[in-house]
Amino acid sequence: MLKKLKQYQFLFCELVKRDFTKKYKRTVLGMGWSILSPLINLLIMWLIFGHFFESNVDHYVIYLFAGQMVFSCFTDATNLGMNSLVVNAEIFTKINVPKYLFLLSQNVSSLINFGLTLIIFFLFTAVDGIAITWKFFLLVYPVVCLIVFNVGIGLILSALFMFFRDMQYLWGIATQLIMWTSAIFYNIDGYSQAVQSLFLLNPIFLYIRYFRSIVIYGTIPTPQYHLLAAAYSLMALGIGAWIYRKYNHEFLYYV
Amino acid sequence: MKRLMIKADHVSIHYKIGDFKNIGLKEYVMRKLTHQYYVENFMAVMDVSFELYEGDMLGIIGANGAGKSTLLKAVIGVMEPREGCIKRYGSVAALLELASGFDGDLTVKENTYLRGAMLGYTKAFMDQSYERILDFSELKDFEDRTFKQLSTGMQSRLAFSIASLVQPEILILDEVLSVGDTAFQEKSAAKMRELINGGASTILVSHSLNQIKELCNKVLWLHNGERIAFGETEKVCGQYEAFQTGKLSIEEARSSEFK
Repeated sequence: MLKKLKQYQFLFCELVKRDFTKKYKRTVLGMGWSILSPLINLLIMWLIFGHFFESNVDHYVIYLFAGQMVFSCFTDATNLGMNSLVVNAEIFTKINVPKYLFLLSQNVSSLINFGLTLIIFFLFTAVDGIAITWKFFLLVYPVVCLIVFNVGIGLILSALFMFFRDMQYLWGIATQLIMWTSAIFYNIDGYSQAVQSLFLLNPIFLYIRYFRSIVIYGTIPTPQYHLLAAAYSLMALGIGAWIYRKYNHEFLYYV
Repeated sequence: MKRLMIKADHVSIHYKIGDFKNIGLKEYVMRKLTHQYYVENFMAVMDVSFELYEGDMLGIIGANGAGKSTLLKAVIGVMEPREGCIKRYGSVAALLELASGFDGDLTVKENTYLRGAMLGYTKAFMDQSYERILDFSELKDFEDRTFKQLSTGMQSRLAFSIASLVQPEILILDEVLSVGDTAFQEKSAAKMRELINGGASTILVSHSLNQIKELCNKVLWLHNGERIAFGETEKVCGQYEAFQTGKLSIEEARSSEFK
């Protein structure tokens, strides 16, 4: 694995560069836009939902921001990732390179985006009067889980998209569903215990809540919570890796 | 004894054919339900064996659809044989359909680096060779243009120039010897010969029998996925020509191989 990584390091860097330049189309605004658009989203959501929830959620803007940020990182990475095989079909049908490289490079460029948003998020928390403590370092955990989960789902989706070209629309519907069940702008404390535990079925909700409990409430989630978060991401990665391994040589029939 | 570079042992390669491409999940389910979904396994290459030794130049000949390109794809590892196996004992570089796989939105420079990376070059090697590539492809003035702004001829010139820097132990060429205008063609043919003479073992697919005769010392003749003959250039090319002019039937050619 390490040997392979070294062998393909240069190719990987070049792919990342390509995806990055293509994403931002060499414009200064392109880069700025990717920071601006989550902020605009945040503003709209705050304008709409602020009235309803501001009174019963502490630091509602941060609450909203955490949800919005994690969710858009997920949709960004998976939507871009889904294309990674189809777009690079011309390459992998002629040159024998590990096909997951295309997905990983796509994910790196969405991660850069996420990193920038994260910096703004911390600025917001500071401005909102939340003390930044050592516990913030624990946020590495949900971020890593989220990255692994994104890669896993990306692997699954990009393979499926190769076989079924309507995946885009189906995934569009699925992300809508995930959005509504991630409690991005509302609070689930009012629901019964049974309904609340249903939310734990949604990995994205899990990662969002981890962020909120550290940043807003200053509490570290339970060990079980950590395990569940990791289990989801490893499961997605496992399934994705299995599909890639199994269909590695089948993809080219569908080009 | 010369070093064995490639050994293909009773290789069969399947291709999936059928009306299954570009369909959606909905359509897939519908067709499954109405039993209209069909996928056929098409045998593109059947039970083909050959060996390539160090310094060999193997030509693969045969009509369109004989399975030449499919066999090459299996040799470079893009496809996997359903039966049999192909063993490679050295680094492989393949130049298949050169001009494709470039990105129209990237500049000449970016594309050059990307392609170099795909062919397995190192960063240091690219930094060092970039000027040479530009010179050879005569694209010095177009360095910062995007790839789609180049003419088709320029595109293939660039593709050839990057690819021809390879120094692999096994080189695989699929109809790449003719790109660009006449002047560039001569230049590229010369470069090709230099590469081949550099000691690499080479597999060449070509429709030009003259080219095969000029360059190759071994020839593999495929017909409808089957190996008809494999051996010395003169003998196999002679048979192939006899077959093309109708003097020799496939059966006769095949049986003569085993005599």
